[in-house]
Amino acid sequence: MSEKKPAFWLRVFAILAYAYIYFPILILIIFSFNTQKINVRWEGFTLHWYDVLFHDSNVLLAVRNTLMIACVSTLVATVIGTLAALALQRYRFPGYTAAESALYIPVIVPEVVMGISLLAFFVMVGLKLGLTTITLSHIAFNIPFVTLVVRARLHGFDKSIEEASMDLGANEMTTFWRVTLPTIMPGVLSGALLAFTLSLDDYVITYFTAGPGATTLPLRVFSMVRFAVTPEVNALSTLWVFTIFVVLLASQVIQRRQEHH
Amino acid sequence: MSEFAVEMRDVIKIFPTPEGGEVNAVDHVTLQIKHGEFFSLLGPSGCGKTTSLRLMAGFEWPTSGEVCIDGKLMGRTPPYLRTVNTVFQSYALFQHMTVFQNVAFGLEMEKVSKAEITRRVGEALEMVKLVGMNNRKPKQLSGGQQQRVALARALVKRPAVLLLDEPLGALDLKLRKEMQLELKALQEQVGITFIYVTHDQEEALVMSDRIAVISQGKVLQIGIPAEIYERPNCRFVADFIGETNFLFGTFKSWEGDMAMVSVPGLEAEVVGLGAKGLSSGQKVIVSVRPEKILISEGSVFKQNCFQARVVDTAYVGSDTRVILDIGQGTRLNVWERNKISTIDPCAFYQQGQEVWVTLFPENTQVLAEV
Amino acid sequence: MSNIQTGKPALTRFSLRKTLRENPTAQGLALISPTAIYLLLFMVLPMILVVLLSFMIRGPYGNVVYRVNIQNYARLADPLYIRILVFSLGVGAATTVFTILIGYPLAYFIARTPARQRSFLLFLILLPFWTNFIIRIYAWIMILRTEGFLNSVLLHMGVINVPLNILYTPTAVLIAMVYEFLPFMVLPLYTSLEKIENAQLEAAADLGARPWRTFLRVTLPLSVPGMIAGSILVFIPAMGMFVVPDLMGGAKTILIGNLIRNQFLVSRDWPFGAAASMLLLIITLVFTLLYTRKAGFGEELLV
Repeated sequence: MSEKKPAFWLRVFAILAYAYIYFPILILIIFSFNTQKINVRWEGFTLHWYDVLFHDSNVLLAVRNTLMIACVSTLVATVIGTLAALALQRYRFPGYTAAESALYIPVIVPEVVMGISLLAFFVMVGLKLGLTTITLSHIAFNIPFVTLVVRARLHGFDKSIEEASMDLGANEMTTFWRVTLPTIMPGVLSGALLAFTLSLDDYVITYFTAGPGATTLPLRVFSMVRFAVTPEVNALSTLWVFTIFVVLLASQVIQRRQEHH
Repeated sequence: MSEFAVEMRDVIKIFPTPEGGEVNAVDHVTLQIKHGEFFSLLGPSGCGKTTSLRLMAGFEWPTSGEVCIDGKLMGRTPPYLRTVNTVFQSYALFQHMTVFQNVAFGLEMEKVSKAEITRRVGEALEMVKLVGMNNRKPKQLSGGQQQRVALARALVKRPAVLLLDEPLGALDLKLRKEMQLELKALQEQVGITFIYVTHDQEEALVMSDRIAVISQGKVLQIGIPAEIYERPNCRFVADFIGETNFLFGTFKSWEGDMAMVSVPGLEAEVVGLGAKGLSSGQKVIVSVRPEKILISEGSVFKQNCFQARVVDTAYVGSDTRVILDIGQGTRLNVWERNKISTIDPCAFYQQGQEVWVTLFPENTQVLAEV
Repeated sequence: MSNIQTGKPALTRFSLRKTLRENPTAQGLALISPTAIYLLLFMVLPMILVVLLSFMIRGPYGNVVYRVNIQNYARLADPLYIRILVFSLGVGAATTVFTILIGYPLAYFIARTPARQRSFLLFLILLPFWTNFIIRIYAWIMILRTEGFLNSVLLHMGVINVPLNILYTPTAVLIAMVYEFLPFMVLPLYTSLEKIENAQLEAAADLGARPWRTFLRVTLPLSVPGMIAGSILVFIPAMGMFVVPDLMGGAKTILIGNLIRNQFLVSRDWPFGAAASMLLLIITLVFTLLYTRKAGFGEELLV
């Protein structure tokens, strides 16, 4: 589209829209420092709620669980998903369409339905609901997203470098490790990042497959919001926001660095 | 050492077509390439020359027939077990590795010692005239430089045979011509067999010891450049290489070892070199190259001398290109070297001018019309 | 055909390694098998289970009685449930409409800024969505509560005398849903708008169209694929939401997602919940199919 300066009212609208987007977050952060418990009026600046947060064993457990689940499910889903992407992008085999369709299930099926289906499945099979079932579920919905991302990256892949590698004496395995994988690595990492984020953030599916005992950060936040609303939630939220921000910034910096080299 | 560096024995390679049928990409191809020669596979896009190269490299396996390298049957041997190396059309450099690492890769596969690798990589890069770029990544190199890296990467392994798949296609004209000479010199220096795929006939003529002209999966003619150019054995070869004139006629008889052809619109018969086995009444094509035709003011020769009228001329500096009508609308292209430096307009042919043209029998080919 | 190279006999034993190396189909199958097995187990089987469940019935003790019948589906035809369905569709539609109303000018704005700034502006839209989804809802609860930020400010400024009752009504749900789904509309719209060649707009101007007409006759039609893609990305998930209505909608606001959740975790009538899920699924599939038939699986969806 043209780059003529957008009309005045358009700019105003855009500013208002961005304000609408950021406003809730800002309120959240500001009130995390509020002395007043009920969070209605601004009373004074305090770090009290952060203190409470750091001593809240439930939250800390939830954080640990969430990270563990995210790491495991990302790892497994990335490996499996990358192999699947390679399979779909380069080969034809019986069951191709079936496999491709199966990969679209999480994209199309509403999360509620996926959640209850997994719940029903685990119960029928006799698997105890807990961290394991959560992880298994996360892997299941992560695989298709990894596959999608890696496939998109594979689109422009020049097969001749693999042929060159074999021509120079490397067999299929060596070619995969020394040439193919390094070349698609940016795509694989994108997929992994997506999977990690999806796992970290997931509420609905985790909710159905967690059972009574297990807790993850999103579940914990939900019950805090539902039942015990104190600025501790704000503090947690603020920390979360800043962590994400730092991580994103870091990844941007690393990306810039890589491009400059 | 065996008789031939690379052999293809009656190789057929069938590919499925998108419409669901099959096509013979390589159709009963038999080639025998000698040690140390610069051998080109020449033909238009899609003729099967690249497929033939890939069959030699091991990226494809024949549907039937055999590929032999240094006398050994290759069968289904994978590329990494063959003593040939390939320079790819797109260079296929490893983008995540430096120039040094790219060239060293093949040696790493052979488990050569580090010191030896450093030495040989240095040698190879010097040989292709690419020094001082060891730590650069392919992205940072120009097209010509990337091409040299691809070359060095293959040569460093000292293969018995080097396969080149249109390596100069992506370069601009000037660079391409320079590289043609460099590659030829390199081949002579290193002494290994080069098998070169190209669609550029001038390139093939300049560089090759022998050329195989390929069309639609079949080898039409194999020979030294002069043979391919001066003695084409069929219409396609005559047409694909250089420029030529075609006259369509009927074979009448043999006169000694010369063929007599009757061409509609010409009073006398055309005489030329004919392939064996022509039968009387057979439809033939007479092929004569434009630079071989003589234009004169009067009739000077007894055979193959016809009246003509100048239709159009084009001055291209070193030559004058004349289009002539020799009767019944049949046209001939003639290229005359401008041997005399003159700007006098009367020295050039005028439109409508009546002249005579001579097609020397020994410069005239009579080909069976297929 | 013997392989003279390695001296193997003509009739070789079945070698897995060789088959994998030589047969591309085998390679493909090998690569896809982990995914195929995993998804078969944890995605396909569960879904089949739900389908089967929907035809069972709940026993007196909350267990499942394996007797095939369509009672659940008949029950869904009850006006109570029809109302829930219609309400869900309504919320989905309203969310979609509002995200278009807010998102379109925003996407248009970004598409008109210089190229260098665009990815930053898009990044800015996405940034808040990297925080947890529950947190964002909580923020809105904070704002919209009776004693919340909005009311406090309005009361303080004297604009109103009595606090507005926004939270625990459908309005609150809508506000939060629009907030949640805005990026899903903005991004495909932006992709669509960004692809419009400048030359077409200039041609329209050259032929006498004023800016507003150019917008109506050229820009808007060309951005329709983006709108459709965005609509799919908004409407379907919005319809199936249960978290937002649960936290912000109060007892009155029940969507189909809430119904399903309740059946599975509160009433323990799994077969009925399964039937409701099937209903939601079918509606989803219908809309998705309509979309792909009309607009093909375009890049706009590869957000």
